[in-house]
Amino acid sequence: MTIKTRFLAATAITLALAGGASAKTLVYCSEGSPEGFDPAPYTAGTTFDASSQPVYNRLVEFENGTTKVIPGLAESWEVSDDGLEYTFHLREGVKFQTIDGFTPSRDFNADDVLFSFNRQKDADNPWHEYTAGIVYEYFDAMDMGTLIDSIEKVDDYTVKFTLTRPEAPFIANLAMDFASILSAEYAETLDEAGRKEDLNQIPVGTGPFQFVAYQKDAVIRYQANPDYWRGKQPIDDLIFAITTDPAVRMQKLMAGECHVMPYPSPADVEALQSDDAITVMEQPGLNVAYLAYNTLQAPFDKPEVRRALNMAMNKQAIIDAVFQGTGQVAKNPIPPTMWSYNDAVQDDAYDPEAAKKMLEDAGVTDLSMKVWAMPVQRPYMPNARRTAELIQADFAEVGVTVEIVSYEWGEYLKKSSDKERDGAVILGWTGDNGDPDNFMGVLLGCAAVGGSNRANWCDEDFNALIEKARTTSDEAERTALYEEAQLRFKDQAPWATLAHSTVFMPMSTNVTGYKMNPLGSHRFDGVDIAE
Amino acid sequence: MLRFLLAKLAVLVPTFFGITIVAFGFVRVLPGDPVLLMAGERGLSPERYQQLLHQLGFDRPLWEQYLGYLAGLFQGDLGTSLVTKKPVLTEFMALFPATVELGLCAMLLATIVGIPLGVFAAIRRGSWFDQVSMGTALVGYSMPIFWWGLLLIILFSGILQWTPVSGRISLLYFFPPVTGFMLIDSLLSGQSGAFASAVSHLILPTIVLATIPMAVIARQSRSAMLEVLSEDYVRTARAKGMSPWRVVNVHALRNALIPVITTIGLQVGVVLAGAILTETIFSWPGIGKWMVDSIFRRDYPVVQGGLLLIAAVVMIVNLLVDLLYGLINPRIRHK
Repeated sequence: MTIKTRFLAATAITLALAGGASAKTLVYCSEGSPEGFDPAPYTAGTTFDASSQPVYNRLVEFENGTTKVIPGLAESWEVSDDGLEYTFHLREGVKFQTIDGFTPSRDFNADDVLFSFNRQKDADNPWHEYTAGIVYEYFDAMDMGTLIDSIEKVDDYTVKFTLTRPEAPFIANLAMDFASILSAEYAETLDEAGRKEDLNQIPVGTGPFQFVAYQKDAVIRYQANPDYWRGKQPIDDLIFAITTDPAVRMQKLMAGECHVMPYPSPADVEALQSDDAITVMEQPGLNVAYLAYNTLQAPFDKPEVRRALNMAMNKQAIIDAVFQGTGQVAKNPIPPTMWSYNDAVQDDAYDPEAAKKMLEDAGVTDLSMKVWAMPVQRPYMPNARRTAELIQADFAEVGVTVEIVSYEWGEYLKKSSDKERDGAVILGWTGDNGDPDNFMGVLLGCAAVGGSNRANWCDEDFNALIEKARTTSDEAERTALYEEAQLRFKDQAPWATLAHSTVFMPMSTNVTGYKMNPLGSHRFDGVDIAE
Repeated sequence: MLRFLLAKLAVLVPTFFGITIVAFGFVRVLPGDPVLLMAGERGLSPERYQQLLHQLGFDRPLWEQYLGYLAGLFQGDLGTSLVTKKPVLTEFMALFPATVELGLCAMLLATIVGIPLGVFAAIRRGSWFDQVSMGTALVGYSMPIFWWGLLLIILFSGILQWTPVSGRISLLYFFPPVTGFMLIDSLLSGQSGAFASAVSHLILPTIVLATIPMAVIARQSRSAMLEVLSEDYVRTARAKGMSPWRVVNVHALRNALIPVITTIGLQVGVVLAGAILTETIFSWPGIGKWMVDSIFRRDYPVVQGGLLLIAAVVMIVNLLVDLLYGLINPRIRHK
């Protein structure tokens, strides 16, 4: 369709709606504008909600509402005994969406898989830098570049990935948004028309909804993909009404201008819950907020000092004051909804007297330290400054003087990674793929010291456990290893684990079939509106 | 008149260069950079960080980056957004009409309400009307825009349900942007109800954005009018037995308007600044919101290009005001 015909088609839908015909339109008041519509160069959930989730599929996918990996465009797969070769058998008869200027002449096949990955992997690939300044940050951050040795087309419907080392989370990585499968044929068409950059503006995928139009910073329109291989969606049109302010989103939902809104302000949740026309779904977020000591610096190099400080902290008070009850105290570095969570771990009891004595026994008196408070709100931490103030008051009880420091967000992220950093840092993490390695390896592994391991904690025993778990494919065995790692973590206390936040999703009561996703994505496949 | 125009234009050239330096420097003075923000909590290894800086060209010396920026400008290239990978000018042109539409409506409202309010308050100096209207103007002037906007939404959209909460038009209407001005495009679309929907979406943001300029214009009109009313020629006119209506409308108002027009011109900058907050509250897809987002993301090309374009608009408007001023007041153009 040309832009004009797209508009005409949509106008027809509009008229049908106005005339009371049965077309169903769901309006989602999204929290921000997508950066683009090619998921690979981006890392923001807002972008994925508008691109990879409605428009695309992946070889394997997260089951809606869980972190369980299920077949997607690959019907099945096998892993070689040495864990180095992954062979995927692709689904046949899957059609790419038809839009103006592109009518697919063939079904999805192995060429599309090779195109989607090789453009990210090979710097020499003609599509690697199809618009200026493009970088594949997620692909790189998940270490896919060094992990994948080669991708081979065995036949039209079989693809073999060869890895450089065994890596159990690999399958979960492939379910992530950056691994979305794009059409190689569409890319060719764009190239011939000299419009390569449209790959990031007008998406074509195999997913449940197809893109219709985007008015920058205002509205994104999709319609149900009539040929979707899992079947056409119950709603006909999906509209994202971009509304950045949470108070305004709430007003729009209450006024019936949208059906679903993400990220309400914690203070508004009660008002939303008391509205009869609104249902507020809630779920523990797949996240953790923590205070990371710099374990390379005295006296924080001693586990007993760190444990003593953890015991001096009243974490429940932080949940009550900062999270306003919309969270729970964390005792492990991974959230309770994640597999391998060790519920047998005992959290350090809040006991200022005992903490004081432990500090004295360790020879620590008149300790002054810095606590870093993030300048921004994150899903795992509504107000780091307030949290730091509560910690400051708690530590004063045991004779520790705290100075609170903060920096601009980019600087904060950079300086907090510095091994020479002075002070303990408040920070957190939201899971990417539901694998425990994505928390324990990324945040506490020896390889991440000086980077995302803000405690600069490299513990041989802990690291051996997570390294072994990473290269073992048996999930029961991995679970046992991670459970043991959590015990070791608690014993050594490189962090004070602060909280896991609760995520709320308010929606009209007539919305059915919506599932909250632990990984934070907002999906509308399977969603319907009751008459 | 031509010399007057040329003199005004000559001042614009150094101003323009000054702005390029400010626009280029401003976003780089801010701590943090786009690469760090992109990596988020995960962080980057120092090698990867350098590699990305290099790829984006931010590891080059500042003067080199600045010259590159200037060279681009002379070829009409304002750069490409680091985030959306789209040309800055394309993005600006797509969003600018929304800001202009809202800004014009706000200025119109501020003027047609502000001037009569101020004039009437001056004529009835010291009356209850004067006290109430100038008191209200002071409150309006000090109103925090964000709070005021939300208050209006809760009252008129939430409780009374008279106006829509946010956006430019009901989502039911969907037509290609022709001019980018929703009021015009909705008429061109031929869809029944579209224009009314566009108008209803404009009401609250217009009131919010007009509040401060309206207060300023009303106060300026009042004081200018008071000054003129105390002039000798007004007394003479009155003494000659001219009707009060004619004294005010024919003799006083025209002269009182000169400083008011200057004020209105200066309010264009205020409206563009106010648009940042107003657009955020009402999800209005204009350049104010676009600039704020880009500053937060340290999208260097958008910030430096956007600031330059906005500054150019303000300069052109002020130039037009100067010309208008010259038309109204012959003494100025003959100086």
